[in-house]
Amino acid sequence: MTSDRTWLVSGPIAGTILRLDEPLSFWGGVDAAEGRIIDQAHPQYGTQFDGRVVVMPGTRGSSGTPGVLGETLRLGVGPSAIIVSTPDINLVAGSLTAAALYDTTCPVLLVGQSEFAALHDGDHIAISPETTTTKNQAL
Amino acid sequence: MTHSAPSIELHDHEQRWLAGESGEAMELAMKLIVSAAEVSGASELVAIEMAHLNSTHYSGQMSLDFAEMLLANKVTFAVPAHSNASVISCSSPEFRPEANDPITVAGARRVMEIYEELGCSAMWTCAPYQQPEGRASLGQHVIGSESNAVGFTNTVLGARTNKYGDLLDVAGALVGRVPMAGLHTDAGRRATEVFDVSALPAETTSDPNFPHLLGVVLGRAVHSGVAAVIGIDHLTEDELKAVTSAGAASGGIGLVHIVGVTPEAPTLEAAAQGAVPSRVSEITTDMLSGATDILTSATGDEPLRAVCVGTPHFSVAECIETVELLAGRHVASSVSFIVTTSRAVATELNLRGLDDAFAESGVELVLDTCSYYPPHPTGIDGLTLTNSAKWAYYAQGMLNVPIGFASLERCVESAVAGRWIR
Repeated sequence: MTSDRTWLVSGPIAGTILRLDEPLSFWGGVDAAEGRIIDQAHPQYGTQFDGRVVVMPGTRGSSGTPGVLGETLRLGVGPSAIIVSTPDINLVAGSLTAAALYDTTCPVLLVGQSEFAALHDGDHIAISPETTTTKNQAL
Repeated sequence: MTHSAPSIELHDHEQRWLAGESGEAMELAMKLIVSAAEVSGASELVAIEMAHLNSTHYSGQMSLDFAEMLLANKVTFAVPAHSNASVISCSSPEFRPEANDPITVAGARRVMEIYEELGCSAMWTCAPYQQPEGRASLGQHVIGSESNAVGFTNTVLGARTNKYGDLLDVAGALVGRVPMAGLHTDAGRRATEVFDVSALPAETTSDPNFPHLLGVVLGRAVHSGVAAVIGIDHLTEDELKAVTSAGAASGGIGLVHIVGVTPEAPTLEAAAQGAVPSRVSEITTDMLSGATDILTSATGDEPLRAVCVGTPHFSVAECIETVELLAGRHVASSVSFIVTTSRAVATELNLRGLDDAFAESGVELVLDTCSYYPPHPTGIDGLTLTNSAKWAYYAQGMLNVPIGFASLERCVESAVAGRWIR
């Protein structure tokens, strides 16, 4: 299913998956200082990004998402990469701007529905834009 | 797919920006616009004529660092750019005292200074459409960012904008072009769902809460889709502002066609561009009651502490109505009555002598900002009433106070009485 991949922000992805069951608004829904989900209505309420590869359907609502994502990256408490199933410019804007200002990296990859469904919370994943190699192994 | 080979056609100067030949700010701006085109599937860019920037609202250190980078790069906006409401009020600094959150207040002040220095007009309002320079016209392509302004611009003015998030709004205003996608295109503006309000009793549709509740019902039903509403033939501009702001807050509505009222919907056929959906959803009084429940977290037994109106920023007409409802009476000493609006509306009120009327009734006119978000505003420390569905919807998650939704008349009578009159 690798042909369905679109690199919205290019870069190597490697790490443990944090899977979010619903879209998330970073503004109002994430504590930027801790990189923690504070939206009480979100299924992953209380979870910290902690450098994991965040797999999420996309974002919700506010214009403020890019700034809050960027702030988590500046502080080193954000995702190490993001994989989405719907195109999302706000995540891209946050990642690219933090990269320009702070030299952070947070690749953003769009995948097809079948690949998205196979990305399980807690699994280790490694994907590189240069190769099509994918490793999926349960930890 | 990589960013080095955009599929859209760029002008020569845009290619140079992308290559970094005009500095890091224009390089980033161009990268963001090219990425946005890829994400939206656009095959071309379209020139815009003005921009309303939400990035002028401080949202943390990166929003400030981004602004400082723009200043260091001496960028200029390609089109007239107007500022959204700020975190702070320059006319009422005590509304969010610096001592309570020094980093945010100082950051917000610096972001305001920078955008003014960059040539952004100092409107500091979520309702730029209430003044001539910020009011787009039918068919114009513009940049909107604040959600109510996006909804109003598309719905009421018939100008065209998607909802541009922070950073992307500035990027578009610097480049002067945005991806031709979504609500910029004819196809993206077609109504695909129809709602009928004609079965509602006349006393319901003439109730001042009705436009707010209709917005909430639509927002929750269509999310960010484009709907058409039939069965109502008159709404004032302020009532349309209520529909679009509530629909944007509760769902993500960027455009709703009110058939017979809004400019692209003289008929349902026009709103649906000839392809009228077969299914029509009826809006019932139960749905509107459900929306009222969503907007109310108070039991009503709490002591009344505040009334917040002016979300989105009050128009001159809404300020006049408030003064008339007060009829010279003073609000109870236990209640803070806060009206948020823009500098332009305040100037108009001053010319008409209405700012004195507010002061004599104990009403605080707070400019440049809004009252529903943190840092916690002064005076909102218990049961708060609002006539705005948008305020009630957001404040529930942002201010830890019980909230009641009531018409402007009830808000005024309750403030004068010192208790919530339901």
